[in-house]
Amino acid sequence: MRLSVLTSITGLLVLGYILELLRRQQLREKYAAIWLAIGLLAAPLGFVPDLLDPVARSLGVASGVSLVFFIGFVLVLLVSLHLSWETSRLEAETRTLAEDVALIRAHLVQQGGYPSTSPRAEEAGAIEAQVNS
Amino acid sequence: MNDGRRVLIILPAWNEEDGLPSVLREIQQQLPYVDTLVVDDGSADNTAEVARAAGSAVAQLPFNLGVGGAMRLGYRYAQQHGYDVAIQVDADGQHDPAYVPALLERLAVGDADLVIGARFAGDGDYTVRGPRKWAMSLLSVVLSRITRTKLTDTTSGFRACNRPLIEFFARWYPVEYLGDTIESMVGAARSGFTVRQIPVAMRERTTGRPSASPFRAMVYLTRAGLVLLLAMIRRMPGELKAFTPGTPAYAAFQQRTAELVARELTRA
Repeated sequence: MRLSVLTSITGLLVLGYILELLRRQQLREKYAAIWLAIGLLAAPLGFVPDLLDPVARSLGVASGVSLVFFIGFVLVLLVSLHLSWETSRLEAETRTLAEDVALIRAHLVQQGGYPSTSPRAEEAGAIEAQVNS
Repeated sequence: MNDGRRVLIILPAWNEEDGLPSVLREIQQQLPYVDTLVVDDGSADNTAEVARAAGSAVAQLPFNLGVGGAMRLGYRYAQQHGYDVAIQVDADGQHDPAYVPALLERLAVGDADLVIGARFAGDGDYTVRGPRKWAMSLLSVVLSRITRTKLTDTTSGFRACNRPLIEFFARWYPVEYLGDTIESMVGAARSGFTVRQIPVAMRERTTGRPSASPFRAMVYLTRAGLVLLLAMIRRMPGELKAFTPGTPAYAAFQQRTAELVARELTRA
């Protein structure tokens, strides 16, 4: 019985946290949708862990809890893969923007419409480590 | 030997304020007919100011993108400003500008889109040993097969390309590790461009040292293998097909260059 208390409370807390992030507009809807779906699916299972026992047995898994573990692991794997994909896309977009900024700046300097002293330098170090890795 | 082609030398530079002025001065003295573009790859020092003071065009990236990112910016600049030839030269003085006319001449023959200035091809006496040498031989063998020509120095950053390839690289240039040398060459070759090499001698670099420990060489070998594999299996973006050899765009660029050269030769 203790396990179902733990899992159900955790499920509700996570669900609440996702809603709060959404309410404060800290989470884009497209990501929130994934997490809400996972939360809504997982929360009832927290209350009644043996809900999945018949399904688990028909799949050859010993208990419903193990099946939840397995599905949860696969879901988390997929979500983090999706995040890596998003990061790659964002990095490509940022790169294109940086190039555009440099091209426009070079053009403006040539036309004499832009002060040609170095504007940044210090913040370069931090970002460079990420982009270069 | 100005034959009417507009030539841009692209120098990707990251914290090169010490060596850059002499490199730029050497280029300006030996090759008065070329323009230079220093791509300041998010330097923390005065690379951009020094380059500007030396009379070069400068494109300043707001943060460090690595050589591949800097080079794509260079090719985009060359494309926007209508250059016929783009030549990549390292800002650390390793590449001798005296070989630039040879690169240009090799391009002018017309059967090459990308010409690489290669060590181990006759000129110079640069040697390496151990895993690093195995890595380089492996790359040479595989890339020679892919490009259907004998290549001896596939990671050389001393290279020249023509207008069609400028258009191609302005849209597609690999930015990850070894992408600026190996993957860019594989991508160009897979898309039908012709790669050739000419022998050059490399000078000792004036700043920085190459990594030489056996462990790092093994890491290099592994990473090079992975880069090669990815370069072979990666799908090229479909829109690039409009600029590859055999297309009207390619023919138009070739013809434009030929006309320029012909006009300049009749005037001379």
